[in-house]
Amino acid sequence: MRVDVVMPQMGESIAEGTITRWMKQVGETVGRDEPLFEISTDKVDAEIPSPAAGKLVEIKNAAGETVPVNQVVAVLETDASAAASAPKPESKPPETKPAEAQPAAAPPAPKPAPAAPAPAAAVASEASSEGSFVSPVVRKIAAEHGIDPSSVPGTGAGGRVSKKDILDFVAQGKPPAAAATPSTAPARVAPAAPAAPQVTFASGARTERQAMTPMRKKIAEHMVESRRTSAHVHSVFEVDMSRVVALRTKYKSLYEERHGTKLTLTPFFVKAACDALRAFPILNSSVEGNEIVYRKDLNVGVAVALDWGLIVPVVRNADQLSIAGLTMKINDLAERARTKKLLPDEVQGGTFTITNPGIFGGLFGLPIINQPQVAILGIGGIEKRPVVIDDAIAIRDRMYMSMSYDHRVVDGAVADQFLAFVKKVLQEFDESLL
Amino acid sequence: MTLSCRFLGRVPYAQAAALQERLVGLRRSGASTDTLLLLEHPPVVTLGRGARAGHLLLDEAALSARGIELHEAGRGGDVTFHGLGQLVGYPVVALQGARRDAHRYLRDLEDALIGTAAAFGVEAAREPGLTGAWVGRDKLAAIGVRIGTGWITSHGFALNVGDDLSGFDTIVPCGIRDRGVTSLTRETGATPSLEEVARVAADHVATALGLAAVWEAAVSSASARRESA
Repeated sequence: MRVDVVMPQMGESIAEGTITRWMKQVGETVGRDEPLFEISTDKVDAEIPSPAAGKLVEIKNAAGETVPVNQVVAVLETDASAAASAPKPESKPPETKPAEAQPAAAPPAPKPAPAAPAPAAAVASEASSEGSFVSPVVRKIAAEHGIDPSSVPGTGAGGRVSKKDILDFVAQGKPPAAAATPSTAPARVAPAAPAAPQVTFASGARTERQAMTPMRKKIAEHMVESRRTSAHVHSVFEVDMSRVVALRTKYKSLYEERHGTKLTLTPFFVKAACDALRAFPILNSSVEGNEIVYRKDLNVGVAVALDWGLIVPVVRNADQLSIAGLTMKINDLAERARTKKLLPDEVQGGTFTITNPGIFGGLFGLPIINQPQVAILGIGGIEKRPVVIDDAIAIRDRMYMSMSYDHRVVDGAVADQFLAFVKKVLQEFDESLL
Repeated sequence: MTLSCRFLGRVPYAQAAALQERLVGLRRSGASTDTLLLLEHPPVVTLGRGARAGHLLLDEAALSARGIELHEAGRGGDVTFHGLGQLVGYPVVALQGARRDAHRYLRDLEDALIGTAAAFGVEAAREPGLTGAWVGRDKLAAIGVRIGTGWITSHGFALNVGDDLSGFDTIVPCGIRDRGVTSLTRETGATPSLEEVARVAADHVATALGLAAVWEAAVSSASARRESA
């Protein structure tokens, strides 16, 4: 798999960086996180680690060049050193054959082998690239015409699709599926997850074709990849939230006054999860090959729904923050997620995730694990329900709390003990923490 | 989280650079905590990655004749001078979360330096576009940092404390021609000891980076002095 290396964003107000030195030359292999090049911005020199293990196949910008943030500066080939289990590009069927020869009627589309990419490579590409670089202009034109930019033959550096390429492509008036991919085009290896595009629905007045946004593509890849990686199992607990709801009501205005922030329920869940993670550290682990990697830091991801998708900012060392600290941190991250101001780094390095499938009234959800983590906690909707307490019927705030976990390393008994712990912390929430 | 602070006294540049490199490795592997080294260098001119030849006014031989070493430094910034009576601080810190922002880190260090100066009665300020701490048109403290894999910082800042600033004649500080240099002593007439300033600076650096300063036993300081002797 080819992995693009981009000029990293070193800070919110930093738009470009000057490459001062390449530590590796084309043809050399580099390990994941091994220093690959150095950049300099203002009074800061920074060493940039490689996003993946592989062979450096192209350097696009020499030392001394100043490059805007997120522009591709080099390309790695990860297959060279990645696990042998990853299919070799050569063994793959040729990419999207011109469809003109094959009318929509059941093309003998070779089923792409469900690739099992090496975990390291998969994680790396997730973190740092989404395959080939497509400029916003090209992406926009592509979206307007319902073209998948990767199907356009690129003439730019490294087969990159230029504005002219896509305009020419559009001018040829060929619908995307009928476009001929010149055999001279460099063989592009498709990302593992999505199947090679097949034309099932003919284009016409009753259909509308739209290219996936990069975020959509990333979510799609990530989700399918997780399903393939982990043995998902689920448990659901019912929790009495009356105490937490009352505490939140009681402290809401005080938080507004004292900390200038809105107290939500999320910090309660994060706090309860942290306590339980300390008690059951296997839930805060990752699987690498035949080893379990216990993560000592509790970096809790909190899923934020966006109009255009979903993102999971990470609260680092969440266990070290007070409820007030958690509240401010989570609100800040969520706000910046919505205004697209998160730093790339703030969505990486999570060790456990909390998601919230109950916002629209769902009782509970069975979420997909956020790789390379082993568990994800789902918070259902809270509603008043009659319950029997000491043989009397009472009205209480109740909630279903679900967890998906990776049965490769977490057994049901442990998961249930973990959830029972979370439940206990929530039901007996310590007011002095507020 | 804590920032483990050490005052090392007088340490030659090369030795401090090697120590930093070792600490960066230890920090990266999780074998050490965030650390702040505080020390002074025997006279040395260092060239950052952004250094321009014209900003060094004497050649190596002429510098050597004045007892000044010349070193290349793997940090950002232009050319700078370190000498006796200047407090040099090297934070080796793994930046976390929102602090993983190069500009923010520079601004945090500036805050710490301005706060330190204030504690000694000197009103320093930022100059937009010119990193460092300034008193009027004169530079009180310089900053040049490196951020390594894993957002681990090294290099750092140099705060002029003592009266002797003659070493700066050999360079155009940070490549800025029409400005001068100053020190805490120049501004106030009083000369606090470097260790005294180090204690105050450590607190300000820790605060600016959201850490709590903890002092290491003075053993390391004594051994560093022995090694340098």
